[in-house]
Amino acid sequence: MGKWTRRAFISAGVIAGGGLIVGVAIRPGKRTAELSKHVAGDGETLLHTWLKLDTNNVVTAIIPHAEMGQGAGTALAQMLADELDADWDLVKFEEAPALGGFANYPMGEAILLAGAEFPNFVLPTVEGALIRTAQALDLQITGGSLSVRTTGAYGMRVAGAAVKEMLKAAAAAAWKVPIDQISAKDSQLFHEASGRIQPFSFFAEAAGQMTPPVSPTLKAVDEFKIMGRHVERHDLPSKVDGTALFALDVRLPDMLYATVNRAPTFGGGIANIDEARTRTIEGVIDVVKLPSVEVSSMFGGFTYAESVAVVAKGYWSAKQGMDALSIEWRNTANDGISSDTIFAQFDQDISSAFEREADVVRGDVATAMVNADKVIEADYRVPFLAHTCMEPLNATAMVTNGHCEVWVGCQSPLSFRRSVADALGFDIENVTLHNCFMGGGFGRKSRPDYAIQAAQLAASLGRPVQLIWTREEDVRQDFYRPAVQSRFRAALSSNGDITAWENTYVDKHEPYEAPLIPYSIGAQDIGHVRSPTHIPFGAWRSVSHSQQGFFTESFIDEVAVAAGQDPYQYRVERLQHLPRELAVLKKAAKEAQWHIPLAAGRGRGISLQSSFGSVVAEVVEVTVNNGNLSVDRVVAVIDAGFAISPDGMRAQIESGIIYGLSAAVHGEITIKNGAVAESNFHDYPSVRMSEAPLIETHIINSGEPMGGAGEPGTPPIASALTNAIYNATGERIRQLPIKNAGFNV
Amino acid sequence: MTAITVNGIERKLQVDPATPLLWVLREQLELTGTKFGCGMAQCGACTVHVNGAAIRSCVTPLAAVAGQQITTIEGLAPSADKPHPLQKAWIDEQVPQCGYCQSGQLMSAAALLATNASPSDGDINDAMSGNICRCGMYGRIRKAIKSAAGVQQFDPALAALAKEINHG
Repeated sequence: MGKWTRRAFISAGVIAGGGLIVGVAIRPGKRTAELSKHVAGDGETLLHTWLKLDTNNVVTAIIPHAEMGQGAGTALAQMLADELDADWDLVKFEEAPALGGFANYPMGEAILLAGAEFPNFVLPTVEGALIRTAQALDLQITGGSLSVRTTGAYGMRVAGAAVKEMLKAAAAAAWKVPIDQISAKDSQLFHEASGRIQPFSFFAEAAGQMTPPVSPTLKAVDEFKIMGRHVERHDLPSKVDGTALFALDVRLPDMLYATVNRAPTFGGGIANIDEARTRTIEGVIDVVKLPSVEVSSMFGGFTYAESVAVVAKGYWSAKQGMDALSIEWRNTANDGISSDTIFAQFDQDISSAFEREADVVRGDVATAMVNADKVIEADYRVPFLAHTCMEPLNATAMVTNGHCEVWVGCQSPLSFRRSVADALGFDIENVTLHNCFMGGGFGRKSRPDYAIQAAQLAASLGRPVQLIWTREEDVRQDFYRPAVQSRFRAALSSNGDITAWENTYVDKHEPYEAPLIPYSIGAQDIGHVRSPTHIPFGAWRSVSHSQQGFFTESFIDEVAVAAGQDPYQYRVERLQHLPRELAVLKKAAKEAQWHIPLAAGRGRGISLQSSFGSVVAEVVEVTVNNGNLSVDRVVAVIDAGFAISPDGMRAQIESGIIYGLSAAVHGEITIKNGAVAESNFHDYPSVRMSEAPLIETHIINSGEPMGGAGEPGTPPIASALTNAIYNATGERIRQLPIKNAGFNV
Repeated sequence: MTAITVNGIERKLQVDPATPLLWVLREQLELTGTKFGCGMAQCGACTVHVNGAAIRSCVTPLAAVAGQQITTIEGLAPSADKPHPLQKAWIDEQVPQCGYCQSGQLMSAAALLATNASPSDGDINDAMSGNICRCGMYGRIRKAIKSAAGVQQFDPALAALAKEINHG
């Protein structure tokens, strides 16, 4: 039984034993061929969120997002439980299985809109556009800092509120009293006048027979009881005693272990393999050449190159066998490409401005440049970056009687399931995917190559296989954050006002708005040229914001300095039209005591970046002593509208800052002979305990539409840091990583 | 045949003695709480105790620990119903995010506290800088170690002020 609302389909039913199950589907509209693969019949809908209420009065929230450390499950369960007026101790949650019913439809809308908020009346239009986009997508994605603000806001809260109304209606009918005399609290229903009390579960079966409300009433902020409260994450006890199940921890009877190698030069392949020595190694079972696989995904089609695997009784034997393998790689057209040739290409393409496309054109930049008292110019560069999730890529697969089971930690279980099915030539129904905890994701685990390889091996060997990539393979076969060059010119008047902002960078990536600036500058021309490379690229925590946030917030700092003005005040004067950004920036300056001068050798830098619907400002304090750089303190302020789980949000900001700091200080993937030169944490280092600054995070609950938390902490950190180094030393760092600028960290 | 004692139980193993202890723990003994991260003692995810000292099991051959006492994350708690004080502090401070590095972090921290009941910030840096956390939870790890040790916490605002006074 179900009912359409303007934007959602709420369905309800009774589960075995008299419990209640409720689903909220976001209206799928016209069903496309792609969506039909997941939705078999006309009566079926894309269920987006499920809530179960069992006979023991326990509520289970079924969550269509994978856990990679961000704690989304806890925040989503808080949203559902609060609207339901449930007792938090009686709330559980589990991750949704990789079934089409859990396609993440609202996330698709948000991706389509690049994170923009939209009023309700636009929804039909958005849906129409989304359906066209969705033709190539399998939408059960964890990324884009979207779990809470889409699944939570449109799914979990609606489900909780709808169930409460249905339970109240069932109680009103049973007790023969008006529904407005029924109240709900701590998973119980009350009728105050008669003193009657029953647990939710008492009415679950009756509620399951009811038609769900068209538009359940959601709580106002001042009615929140669980949202905004500190609750402990559900997944942590298993993460301190070694029992949390990562894909690497799967153990199956008769299981073999494998490791793989792909051509180090992207675009390359295998010319010849001599496996004689490998075959002599104790424990080695087989050497298997895995064919290349073409996969379509939301990032477009991609061909994963062929690889060679060594399969053995244990990982160590497989690794020894791989080291003993003599592989001759094919020569490619990319063999002569290096970081130097790539940046020379970027430089040339920016200079030629061939087919330059504008993101924003406003006012008359050319005239402003001619009339300027001073023109400031600068070029910025950032290198390719790998993700280096703590857990190296791995997957376990078993193929029996035409059915494949895969255990993997991934950010997009539906598309992984489809990719594995396509690679094996199976129907999607014959692939079962078990999504495990991810030991980090950061965007890398949205690419299914490692799951496909495991499935190919299991099919080839006829036994369960656990494929474990070496860290070296993990670093050298990534989908990298793209290297970017960005060129700026600014026009300054005699009083130091900035009258024009001109910016050209290479290659447009998502999200669209990343290179745009919030400041009121009359003439702006921001655009990009195409300068493709052969290096595979993909989503990296905060996507384009991490590079563009470094560029734009460094250059506005340069402009302020050139104008002889305080970089904070200079920003403030140009944010008067954006009260939300202004409030965040001012709070960061206040908490960091921006007005108190620092001693010689110390410096402070500030940066502001809005991304994924949230506004974040960061102030960094450094000490530079004889070239030794110490990052002492970071003050961060985030306005994400409302923090459902404040401690979880602080943890995400801390995490985003350290992730961005590793990149800013150390991170560099170097291309030599068309391949990646780095291989492991010794030459691709991360920030460690001794380098980690004190971080203070302040949250503003402005009540604006909810933004994300997983990514917005990352974009401001690099520029806040280099601005601080400039403040301390007078040296402007325009190329990352900072270690190349001669600082010891 | 190599004999080792793991979490108090003697184990006799028919494994190539050159095999790193990490893979023996994970594959032969199915103690999967100890993680693989780099294979070259760079990240600390594989940290276990040998006779109470923290070592990187990914580069330690089985032969090197023959006859020794090994403790893994599964054996860190004194008993099934009594967590190690660090495990409790890890929950209180909500330390883990993805959680993958945390077995190694806890084993390094436990080895530190076993020989240094009240570590300074410098002691914590020395003991913990071999353990990478890509989720970047260093501040929480530091706080949890101090909380378990009963050491006074560092107040960032006071620290900043102290630095101003020292430099100013």
